[in-house]
Amino acid sequence: MLDQTEGYITEDGRKIGGVLMEMKNITLRFGGVEAIKDISFDIREGEIRAIIGPNGAGKSSMLNVISGFYIPQEGEVWYQGSPRPPMKPYQVARQGIARTFQNIALFEGMSVLDNVMTGRLTHMKTGMLGQAIWRGKAEAEETENREIAEKIIDFLEIQAIRKTPVARLPYGLKKRVELARALVAEPSLLLLDEPMAGMNVEEKEDMSRFVLDVNDEFGTTIALIEHDMGVVMDLSDRVVVMDYGKKIGDGTPDEVRNNQSVIDAYLGVSHD
Amino acid sequence: MAAICRENGIVWEDKNLSTHVERAEGPQSVPALLHRNAVIFADAPAYREKEYGIWQSWTWAETLEEVEALALGLADLGVQEGDFVAIIGRNRPRLYWSMISAQMVGAIPVPLYQDAVAEEMAYVLGHCGAKFVIAGDQEQVDKVIEIKDQLPDFEQMLYLDPRGLRKYDHSRLHQYSHVQDAGRAKRDELLPVITARQEKLHYDSTCVMLYTSGTTGRPKGVVLSNRNVIETSRSSSEFDDLRQTDSILAYLPMAWVGDFIFSVGQALWTGFCTNCPESADTMHTDLREIGPTYYFAPPRVFETQLTNVMIRMEDAGRFKKWLFDVFMAHARKVGPDILDGNPVSQWDRFKYNIGELMIYGPLKNTLGFSRIRVGYTAGEAIGPEIFDFYRSLGINLKQLYGQTEATVFITAQPDGEVRSDTVGVSCPGVELKIEKNGEVFYRSPGVFVEYYKNPESTADTKDAEGWVATGDAGFIEEDTGHLRIIDRAKDVGQMADGSLFAPKYVENKLKFFPNILEAVVFGNGKDECTAFINIDLTAVGNWAERNNIGYASYQELARHPQVMDTIQSHVEEVNASIAEDEMLSGCQVHRFVVLHKELDADDGELTRTRKVRRRIIEEKYDDIIAALYGDSPTVDTTTEVTYEDGRKGSISATLEVRAAKTLQARGKMAAE
Repeated sequence: MLDQTEGYITEDGRKIGGVLMEMKNITLRFGGVEAIKDISFDIREGEIRAIIGPNGAGKSSMLNVISGFYIPQEGEVWYQGSPRPPMKPYQVARQGIARTFQNIALFEGMSVLDNVMTGRLTHMKTGMLGQAIWRGKAEAEETENREIAEKIIDFLEIQAIRKTPVARLPYGLKKRVELARALVAEPSLLLLDEPMAGMNVEEKEDMSRFVLDVNDEFGTTIALIEHDMGVVMDLSDRVVVMDYGKKIGDGTPDEVRNNQSVIDAYLGVSHD
Repeated sequence: MAAICRENGIVWEDKNLSTHVERAEGPQSVPALLHRNAVIFADAPAYREKEYGIWQSWTWAETLEEVEALALGLADLGVQEGDFVAIIGRNRPRLYWSMISAQMVGAIPVPLYQDAVAEEMAYVLGHCGAKFVIAGDQEQVDKVIEIKDQLPDFEQMLYLDPRGLRKYDHSRLHQYSHVQDAGRAKRDELLPVITARQEKLHYDSTCVMLYTSGTTGRPKGVVLSNRNVIETSRSSSEFDDLRQTDSILAYLPMAWVGDFIFSVGQALWTGFCTNCPESADTMHTDLREIGPTYYFAPPRVFETQLTNVMIRMEDAGRFKKWLFDVFMAHARKVGPDILDGNPVSQWDRFKYNIGELMIYGPLKNTLGFSRIRVGYTAGEAIGPEIFDFYRSLGINLKQLYGQTEATVFITAQPDGEVRSDTVGVSCPGVELKIEKNGEVFYRSPGVFVEYYKNPESTADTKDAEGWVATGDAGFIEEDTGHLRIIDRAKDVGQMADGSLFAPKYVENKLKFFPNILEAVVFGNGKDECTAFINIDLTAVGNWAERNNIGYASYQELARHPQVMDTIQSHVEEVNASIAEDEMLSGCQVHRFVVLHKELDADDGELTRTRKVRRRIIEEKYDDIIAALYGDSPTVDTTTEVTYEDGRKGSISATLEVRAAKTLQARGKMAAE
């Protein structure tokens, strides 16, 4: 196991900092069902952390605990060095946590640009009246936010669809727009819920490239859930493996790949 | 360059130049033109680029500052006079500037095709021995790093977009803006150096080296002097009355001579504004936003746009469709005459004006063609219907005929003398002659200096008196003086019975159908002609959707029986039209296949400018050709394909060979 307090340097030379978020003995129940059983792990600054596991393992529930949407019955979520009290999702967003969804949750009737701009909401300070009158501060704020939105649009290479209504876009591009919306919030922790689900090989390669570039260029800490083992092993610095709500493995992709219980549970037991 | 030529015992060079008027006055080099513009057009926009959703612009004065800063930085990096500096990337102001910066330090810019795979790049970079490379982004940097072991001369590389490059080894890699900063910091020390080097540039020093796309064999490095570039830019700008207030959209490959002349030569000569699109995908949006007044596109672009218009009109409501049909029919009748200033009745003119209000104006606006004063198409023959469509809308679309070796301009159509079947009259300063075998020769101030490190090819192409062989067969119409091109001279052959075989002529006729993207006709020395056909996935795909025909891939759609029937009817129509021409009636297509894959430049079947490489196709698909001349109704084949990232795969398919009806001609019965 890696040291829990000090940072480390990855093979490709990125510097990973101290602990950004820590899950301490999290247990989550829905009535009699225990979705998550006593799980602890941490997410370090600047790393790409994957959560994997078979269907129904509790991955999405875990992500919802991190994002503050579910409040666990037991255990604590520590964020930036202190325990986080139960919060509303918008309060979590203000703390610098942004996410994308497994089932795309964009405003279908709005243009890509407008969708991306909604990601800046937590950074806007002018009230409804100020926005309506549209003088001075509100205007300056819009310019500033638009600039950040445009930088992300450029970064994710979606300039050509800037004015296109989201409903007209293919699935792969919608996923990219969702990522753009999460990124304009300038999050310190980015949560990606199955970012490659339903994509073809080429789209997966593109998305992987973007995830790596985001991490590299903005230094964003990323926690992602993913089904595709190949993608996970290539992308992430460390992997948490879940099965039936329990943590069965935690470590670098290589460590996880060689962990017998992970092989049995997730990759299948070999019969030779 | 002159020294190299004398070494090889070729003495024609100076003689050639002396036949033309010396223009001693005026700027003698591209950097000198920039200095002139920075004074006389100081505050006028010189370059624009859409970035972060906004058109960023630079005036001529600002451009000079940027170009000079980079030139200082390049001098600081150790670029010497006579070095080659390769430039690879999409059209961006900074890459255009880097060409002028290279010239400022006495180096020679060599723009490369950005979509070339690493191997192709290795040949060109190795051939010119480029010491410096200026790349647009990570993709291009990666390609050069991949091949750098094959490039002993390679020293340093600059890149524009730092994205993804932060962790690269920067011992021989520099960010463009950092090089500029370094140059600015050492301005006092280095400015005298680059000023001295600019003073040494003269009318006959090398301006740029452009590699031909290589329709046959390896690309050749065409050396163009300042004289070539400035003289042609001047005369062509005067020919079309280009003005400082004009603007163009730079979207064609920077390695292509046309782009160099439009976006650098003419832009600097007349001082008009060059606009660069945000990305390749946004080209059409950007075109509409800019509304260029001077526009160039190969026929393919016009075809695609027309196809898109027609597809969208199919989806329009019944009233709109009716309105469109009525007014387009009227435009076809009187539009070209109005554009040429021919007499048209008052009523027709009135009706045309209504049409302008209802259909033509909005349509031109959607296409981004509202402000076009001068539009050109060249490179391939354009379908008469496509050509007339744009002209009938009131867009002054003309044809020109040119070559890299001529610094583009050989012939062009003057306003008022525009036809779809000619390429115009000779440009100012260009002399034309037709040899006995029908090959077109020309001589002009734009005639290239030489092929770099290739005196044999230079001597083959350019004779002692400066006449250059175009490699195209054609003739000059006696009454109008217009040049008509039939085909590539070496492709023109004979059928077994001695009649003329001109494949391109037939291919062009086939390609005029929106459903056919590409065609290759065979038949040299044979009894009858046969053809390969590529369907146009946009047009045929749209038809399939409309008729509820499901398909998963190009291959599946291409062999659909109804598609085959449609293509067959097209081939038969072409046969009927060819049969009318006595000279070429032997070229009717007897049997054809619809290919299972699109011909692609990545597989070497097309050049980067999308011209068919006949010989390679003949070798690669010899099994299918054999089947075309056999009598079996199907052929099994497997083809290797190269993906964009260089990986290889293979496609196998069973193709149906169809026979097309041919018509009787010249009193003898055709084969069927």
